[in-house]
Amino acid sequence: MLFADTVVPDPAVHKPKVMAIMLAASFVIFSLMGLNDTVLGEFMRPAIGEPTESGLFGNLAIGLVISMLFTGNIVLIGFLPFRIQVLVVWLELLLLFLAFFYSFGLDFAFIRSKVWFMISQGVFTTLYISAISITLASIVAIFGAVAKLSSNGFAYAIASFYTSFFRGLPLLMQVYLIYLGLPQLGYVIDAVPAGILALTLCYGAYMTEIFRAGIQSINKGQWEASRSMGFKFGLTMRRIILPQAMPLIIPPTGNQFIAMLKDSSLVSVIGVWELMFLARTLGNKDFKHMEMLITAALIYWCLTMCLEVIQSRIERHYRTISH
Amino acid sequence: MSKPIIQMIGVNKWYGTFKALTSVNFTVNKGDKIVVCGPSGSGKSTMIRTLNWLEAHQEGKIIVNGIEMHKKMKNVDEVRMDVGMVFQHFNLFPHMTVLQNLMAGPMWVRGIKEDEARSTAMKFLERVRIPEQAKKFPGQLSGGQQQRVAIARSLCMKPKVMLFDEPTSALDPEMVSEVLDTMIELAKDGMTMVCVTHEMGFAKAVADRVIFMDEGSIIEESDPVNFFDNPQNPRTQNFLSQILQH
Ligand SMILES: Nc1ncnc2c1ncn2[C@@H]1O[C@H](COP(=O)(O)OP(=O)(O)O)[C@@H](O)[C@H]1O
Ligand SMILES: [Mg+2]
Repeated sequence: MLFADTVVPDPAVHKPKVMAIMLAASFVIFSLMGLNDTVLGEFMRPAIGEPTESGLFGNLAIGLVISMLFTGNIVLIGFLPFRIQVLVVWLELLLLFLAFFYSFGLDFAFIRSKVWFMISQGVFTTLYISAISITLASIVAIFGAVAKLSSNGFAYAIASFYTSFFRGLPLLMQVYLIYLGLPQLGYVIDAVPAGILALTLCYGAYMTEIFRAGIQSINKGQWEASRSMGFKFGLTMRRIILPQAMPLIIPPTGNQFIAMLKDSSLVSVIGVWELMFLARTLGNKDFKHMEMLITAALIYWCLTMCLEVIQSRIERHYRTISH
Repeated sequence: MSKPIIQMIGVNKWYGTFKALTSVNFTVNKGDKIVVCGPSGSGKSTMIRTLNWLEAHQEGKIIVNGIEMHKKMKNVDEVRMDVGMVFQHFNLFPHMTVLQNLMAGPMWVRGIKEDEARSTAMKFLERVRIPEQAKKFPGQLSGGQQQRVAIARSLCMKPKVMLFDEPTSALDPEMVSEVLDTMIELAKDGMTMVCVTHEMGFAKAVADRVIFMDEGSIIEESDPVNFFDNPQNPRTQNFLSQILQH
């Protein structure tokens, strides 16, 4: 949170003017939506008679009821303390979102029959490809960062060429180039290694900058103290500089991991059986595309939420040990 | 007469186009205690940092332990192992405990066994009177304690000469004397020392020679009694009158 002031004004949603505007605006919007042929019309049947025949009157009546519920809900939430407010708004948005999916008339039996396979095969593949790639990318990034900070022209040139190239091309194109291009050179490469290689090289290029910034942020006094005791470059880097840079490097690396988890969906184009690939193929035979896509979307979302929680723990951990 | 540990002969140094040292001549013999003082920006740090070649010089000769320091030298680390350095801002390794700070150098560059390194480290921690802090991290110590750890860390390398660059000027006033006391003891034990400091008490107590620098050159060099009571150069007189005003 921002640094809060000591004076607490009334919440905006409790000002009569704001309430009135909210009510009026939502009344107009809900009325214009013409809701009398939806499930809401059914609820209002006692008041408006046969919904489909209620016309303008039906729409206005439904609009009025919904807008009053909507405004009342917001005003009530305004009374809650911060944490509960957050929770309630989250749950309401989530419910709306699920209701939206529900309105597609999805085949839940079909989802139930496939979801276990999506998790055991798809999530597993997605996670292990991402984990291997982020590990390899970190190693690439250490060397990239040292090269970029080096006074050796070759090392600097190669490293900056590498980062420029791999940050400059779309990841999807890199996946194709590696999977289809390497065989042209006589190296046939399987889909999984090709995917890992593409993710490693691309994220290695981004993470080179993270590592470079981490290394550079260490006070030069640490180099001087090491040097004055006769430590050589590699020793200083390994035992003095990198251990101190890690608290600065690990949190953004966690963010990269979350991003990579989603970007790993791009390797589905070369037939790796990860989550996205399964989402596209499992529903094909029975024309149940939406079912599988929505399931995969929710799985991705759950995964990243779990990782974000872990990530914020890690960040807090490193914030507390560094100060 | 013993062989000098450090010799600077006609040293010139530039930072880009700015001339930071001008024909500096300077000799440190075994057992010498030398105090360097002078106004801010006069090149004291630059001078002391060229001695172990944390900074490079461009003209003249710097010979440490019989080895001439130059750009292409292969054994700069061997020279540096024998030259201890204590910094204004301590520069302890914050991710390692005090004990680890002290054991790192001997184990990693001198190849000393862990047990021996530990007992040496404890011995020097006792000498600087903070053995009970061995398991703490530098961030948990006061400034004065940190600086004493830094001195002990240098001593663990068994240096032939110790360089101090304003070791007390980043400290709160009440912690200055504990560090100076440690340095005075070190001097009494016969350590060869070059200290950049404005602590006149320290200079009077231990220095064999006081060197005054201004605008990158040594402009006066004498024993402490003459230096403080009877300075020759008008710039020295001016400087001394400023720091003694209070
Ligand atoms: N790395 C550097 N690059 C450029 N100029 C420097 C650098 N270090 C010091 N100087 C300049 O050299 C002069 C001497 O600095 P220094 O040796 O730190 O003085 P002192 O320690 O006596 O205060 C100052 O004018 C300072 O600005
Ligand atoms: Mg200085």
